[in-house]
Amino acid sequence: MARPVVTIDGNEAAAYSAFHTNVVIAIYPITPSSSMGEHADAWAVQGKKNIWDTVPQVTEMQSEGGAAGAVHGALQGGALTTTFTASQGLLLMIPNMFKIAGELTSTVFHVSARSVATHALSIFCDHSDVMSVRQTGFALLASNNAQEVMDLGLIAQAATLEARVPFVHFFDGFRTSHEIQKIEELTKDDMKAMIDDDLVRAHRARAMSSDHPVVRGTAQNPDVFFQARETINPYYDACPAIVQKAMDKFAKVIGRKYKLFEYEGASDAERVIVIMGSGADTVQEAVNCLNSQGEKTGVLKVRLYRPFSIKHFMDALPDTVKSIAVLDRTKEPGALCEPLYQDIMTVLMESGKSAKLIGGRYGLSSKEFTPAMAKSVFDELIKDRPKNRFTLGINEDITNSSLDYDPDFTTEPDNRTRAIFFGLGSDGTVSANKSSIKIIGLETDNYAQGHFVYDSKKAGAVTVSHLRFGPDPILSPYEITKASFVACHQSSFLDKYDMLKLADQGATFLLNSIYGPDEVWDTLPKMVQEQIIQKNLKFYVIDAYDLATKVGLGMRINTIMQTCFFAISNVLPKDQAIDLIKQFTKKTYGKRGEAVVQQNYKAIDAAVDHLSEVSVPSSVNSSIGMRGSMPDEAPEFVKEVTGEIIAGRGNDLPSSKFPVDGTFPTGTTQWEKRAIALEMPVWDTDVCIQCGKCVLVCPHAVIRSKVYDADKLNDAPSAWKSADAKWKAFADKKFTLQIAPDDCTGCSLCVQNCPAKNKEEPSKKAINMSNAETIRPQERENWTFFQSLPDMDRKELKLNMVKDIQLLRPLFEFSGACAGCGETPYVKLLSQLFGDRSMIANATGCSSIYGGNLPTTPYAKNHDGRGPTWSNSLFEDNAEFGMGMRLALDKQVEYASELIQNLSGQIGDSLVKEILEADQSDEAGIEAQRDRVQKLKDKLSGIKSPEAKELASLADVLVRKNVWILGGDGWAYDIGYGGLDHVLASGRDVNVLVLDTEVYSNTGGQMSKATPRGAVAKFAAAGKPAPKKDLAMMAITYGNVYVARVAIGASDTQTVKAFREAEAYPGPSLILAYTHCIAHGYNLVNGLNQQKLAVQSGYWPLVRYNPLLAEEGQNPLSIDSKAPALPLQDYIYNETRYSMLTKSHPEEAAKLLELAQEDVNKRWRSYEHLASMKYGEAESE
Amino acid sequence: MNLSVRYMGLDLKNPLVASPSPFCEHLDKIEQMVSAGASAIVLHSLFEEQLRAESEGFNRNLMAGTESFAEALSYFPDLDQYKLNRDDYLTHIQNVKKTVDVPIIGSLNGVSSGGWIEYAKEIESAGADGIELNIYFMPTDPASQGHQVEQLYVQLVKDITESLMIPVAVKVSPYFSAPANFLSRLDQAGSDALVIFNRFYQPDIDLENLEIKADVLLSHPDELRLRLRWAAVLSPIIDADIAITGGVHTSEDVLKSMMVGAKVAMMTSAVLQNGPGYFKTVLDGIIKWMEKHDYDSIQQMQGTLNYKNVKDPAAFERANYMKILGSWRD
Repeated sequence: MARPVVTIDGNEAAAYSAFHTNVVIAIYPITPSSSMGEHADAWAVQGKKNIWDTVPQVTEMQSEGGAAGAVHGALQGGALTTTFTASQGLLLMIPNMFKIAGELTSTVFHVSARSVATHALSIFCDHSDVMSVRQTGFALLASNNAQEVMDLGLIAQAATLEARVPFVHFFDGFRTSHEIQKIEELTKDDMKAMIDDDLVRAHRARAMSSDHPVVRGTAQNPDVFFQARETINPYYDACPAIVQKAMDKFAKVIGRKYKLFEYEGASDAERVIVIMGSGADTVQEAVNCLNSQGEKTGVLKVRLYRPFSIKHFMDALPDTVKSIAVLDRTKEPGALCEPLYQDIMTVLMESGKSAKLIGGRYGLSSKEFTPAMAKSVFDELIKDRPKNRFTLGINEDITNSSLDYDPDFTTEPDNRTRAIFFGLGSDGTVSANKSSIKIIGLETDNYAQGHFVYDSKKAGAVTVSHLRFGPDPILSPYEITKASFVACHQSSFLDKYDMLKLADQGATFLLNSIYGPDEVWDTLPKMVQEQIIQKNLKFYVIDAYDLATKVGLGMRINTIMQTCFFAISNVLPKDQAIDLIKQFTKKTYGKRGEAVVQQNYKAIDAAVDHLSEVSVPSSVNSSIGMRGSMPDEAPEFVKEVTGEIIAGRGNDLPSSKFPVDGTFPTGTTQWEKRAIALEMPVWDTDVCIQCGKCVLVCPHAVIRSKVYDADKLNDAPSAWKSADAKWKAFADKKFTLQIAPDDCTGCSLCVQNCPAKNKEEPSKKAINMSNAETIRPQERENWTFFQSLPDMDRKELKLNMVKDIQLLRPLFEFSGACAGCGETPYVKLLSQLFGDRSMIANATGCSSIYGGNLPTTPYAKNHDGRGPTWSNSLFEDNAEFGMGMRLALDKQVEYASELIQNLSGQIGDSLVKEILEADQSDEAGIEAQRDRVQKLKDKLSGIKSPEAKELASLADVLVRKNVWILGGDGWAYDIGYGGLDHVLASGRDVNVLVLDTEVYSNTGGQMSKATPRGAVAKFAAAGKPAPKKDLAMMAITYGNVYVARVAIGASDTQTVKAFREAEAYPGPSLILAYTHCIAHGYNLVNGLNQQKLAVQSGYWPLVRYNPLLAEEGQNPLSIDSKAPALPLQDYIYNETRYSMLTKSHPEEAAKLLELAQEDVNKRWRSYEHLASMKYGEAESE
Repeated sequence: MNLSVRYMGLDLKNPLVASPSPFCEHLDKIEQMVSAGASAIVLHSLFEEQLRAESEGFNRNLMAGTESFAEALSYFPDLDQYKLNRDDYLTHIQNVKKTVDVPIIGSLNGVSSGGWIEYAKEIESAGADGIELNIYFMPTDPASQGHQVEQLYVQLVKDITESLMIPVAVKVSPYFSAPANFLSRLDQAGSDALVIFNRFYQPDIDLENLEIKADVLLSHPDELRLRLRWAAVLSPIIDADIAITGGVHTSEDVLKSMMVGAKVAMMTSAVLQNGPGYFKTVLDGIIKWMEKHDYDSIQQMQGTLNYKNVKDPAAFERANYMKILGSWRD
């Protein structure tokens, strides 16, 4: 029977097999595995059934540790249970994995392999996670491509039931997990045939039941533990043969054949590479190519890595082999060698096989691994003294381990279309390409493959799509380097990225440009013109923006560019292609309403007519250069390293350029001039009231203001704007509001928050959006001048006033957060108020990504070189991480105080007294203390004693520092809650800022316990049935924790007050900040307004709980917002996260709305009650 | 006493019809209106812009930020199907039909053909007994000429009436240079009834925030006069039935409407002010008046004071205007 053909990625393939062969699925989001859980959850909500005709239960847990615990429990309960994870998530499962394996329990964990964070976090692929569970007793089974993922996922499930050994089934994250391939889908009958129901019942029979009770999980003593531990040996001995048996059965039922160790290549090969994962397919391509040229090479693909079968390995290895290279996708510092290499060494040793053996590392954090690199290994194997413990694909110039390779070596066949598309995330390029893969994959006999590369910035994110189509199956798990088609969907990329470097001779180049076929040539940079001529490219142009605007699609040019691709690439006849694009458009958008479908139809119909071929001149006439490198004034490191990464040449940087311990300079976003805004705010000096509200809410710190002496204007650029400062204290000074033109994202939150109106033109305010292109040159000059103006003296400002806070230099600027981000205004405020004394512990999530993702990072320094110092440990431990910082500071202050007293005779009693008793509660006090500490250091330099040396190294801690613990709700409410609770209870002086977006934003909007009742989120597709956890109230119950709920869009004054009180409070503080987010599903321009509505509806009451007030006999709880004055629905139904439930589950939506309104009413009543309680005398009566 | 009338081919038990209002969105309110005597219900309107905005907005919000950042390729679960406003509306028609036994007239509010024929057909399939087409077009573009605007209306009516089996009523505004000519053309284009007149919602100014404020003013009984005149003028010269809407607040207003030739009178504002039971008050008033004045049926009075039958037709024209002005001076 013909099986359905589908175009899906590896994650969906894994989820498919897992969903159909399990009944309980416990999940937790982590990149790049999240979508496996999301698919399973969505299918369950849709009522899809597994092979036993029942819908599996899918449950999100609070952490991977929790998921593993739930899996363990469900397995003990007799349910076939699975989970999906990666990286740190898998590591958190290790304790349970030992238990599950130790108890010989059948299960399969599906893992999209990802680097474990070391010197840096990486979401990309290597095998450091799966290699970390080698010791748990789980079997490890590797799949190399999407088809194998679906097949081996099922085979693993079949094998675990018989073997009783639990399995980790893994595949390469972001390559196999996200690469779209045309594959054959297994049918339910296939899966039923593979799963032996007797074994399922046997699994169930072993479960816990009070009807046949057992005890499992005993504590054992030295007398018996060891012997008992050895009882499992026969199961592990039998496991490989059982897996092979399942593979053989699979071959019989489905047809595809698999082996534990798959050998491909010459039967008389002399050189063989042993490798595991998608890289094996790459080596196979090199092998095929080399062998066709008469060489004798082969690849041995390791599928079942644990339990390792020497017999099966040796059976697969040709006898003729003389030399073997083992490639590991992991690094074990300090080990003799990497694990696969060590295993193969043992195999050869124990089997008495004599062959030359070398090993090396490749592909860490998804570093490209190409057939050219594989060839370099084969070349190395010929040498008499080949390099051992080598590295591939990088320039490791410290210990010189790298192998050279010829980048021009390619194995791509001629009959394959290789297309690369450069686009923006927001223009829909990737969506269009995914649709093209489906069209070609499903509607033609061709094979198709899609791989997508994304940006590390969320605002103005660039995407690169690599698509291959052809008549033969496509493996090639590496990026295209010689494309037959290159599309540039944004003409602004022309002078930024060397796109045509990737174009093959005679390729086609498609450009979206506002210039027509007769004008466009003159607008191209010189290098682009040269490449078009030298490579003899066919050049097409279309003004897709104009077309998209006309049909109402705005920025989304996807269907237009997709139509153009089909019109000129000849992958399909044009008319058939257009017909198919329309069919897929209807399929994709139809359920969202006819209007969207019609819009796209119009775009598709118009696209071909507007596409023109450009007649390419024979000579270059352009003098336009590519955008320059770093300015001269940039620090050396920024020029040599950061600048290269920004320019897209990070792959070429040698190891010696990098810090050895992951430590980087701060304040580097200032050097990355992205110029992504299409519109920017323009200041109207006459209308502006200088309130500072625009500066306060700017998520990217690009609107700044300064007050300065009038004589500075003498040097101002001609387009410089200024007004008389509207401060009594600075009446004789000038004020300027300035935009950083290359850093603005055009989000327009500033304009939304501007309270001033132009009376002559009421639609205008004191700042108004205007075309960025036109004003950027003059604003660049202005910005440079603005930076040269001095910052205000902090002592002269009233830091409780928003108007004055605008004059504080932000020490968090130009982050890569989403345009209009709701989190970053809070982080920026923190940096302005306290950043010069802050130590920040940041939980993994959005704030750690925009806070610490290379190439450039936003935490900055002031003119004295001070600023926040920042670190990210993990997701789950952030509160503890921050508390550790506090412990260090507290101890250091204590030690320094002891030392200074010991040395008081030499330092001088009065200085010592002043330092130890300093009032550091305001800016003047801080500055005075800094002066004193400087004096102290000066004195210490003249004292020659070990104690003085010690004190000198610690003296700075005597200036009061603050510790901030930052993170999102996923951390604070879920995975990190236990630690957070402990830290709050500790009484230590830490400040916790929870940026509450009410979902896991960074991983794509999964439900957390902060998700409100009635909101739709991933893992809560039918609306979250339970109410949001009231973390504020929980913390209040401690009585000694400062707690505040703030919403900067509703009350900036209250927000500022809460931040200052929290920092001043000498114990733990918790600020819960309402944070609008792209995951809420509305135009973020309205984010601040939604914050207002959240407060007005009573959904988000603004409160402050200050334990110091209780000590003074006052009620510590103040409610800073008014009683609910707006029905909840008037707030929530502006957001898709709520309103989509009215479209998908209307009855449920109505029910949940009622309950959610009741939640609001109840919470308000309980806050009101607490706030009205009498303290002090009344309490003692 | 026979209160029955025939309107756009539908037999109604009396001439009191509930016109589109928020009450029409709720089954219980519809039931109450019908039990109080409403002889037909014109449902609240399905707005063209609303449907387009819903579809485009929903899609835009679901797509925002997707396929941009490796860790978050989407932000919402993509479900199999969504019930959009249109689906709600169709379900509502079905539910209303199941709940009450008077004719149900669906209402479409828009200005362009395109999707409208499809929507109209769906309303028909959902079980509506008729459709009221509310053509709401503000010709603010100085380049748009009167005849073009009229042609737009005529073509739209033609397209829709040709596509449907159920009767079509057209609701229009009074703002045309030659209403008699224009409404006759709509009649010829196939409309089974003309509903006169639409009341455009007129925006107000928010002085505090210097913004335009959109709110709704309920109709005033004075507004009836304009309708009475044009019903009197049109009823003898066109085949389509006339419905009067806007300013019908009392039983007298209904009786006057019948006299000038309307087949039905529609009420919204008075019902919103007085509740769904107000239909009974008005109906009782009609019966009382008819008893007092010895009328056997409504049909007996319909058109008796129209332009054709009235002794002095000029009373509906300029002379009448002058007379009215004179009466005011006195």
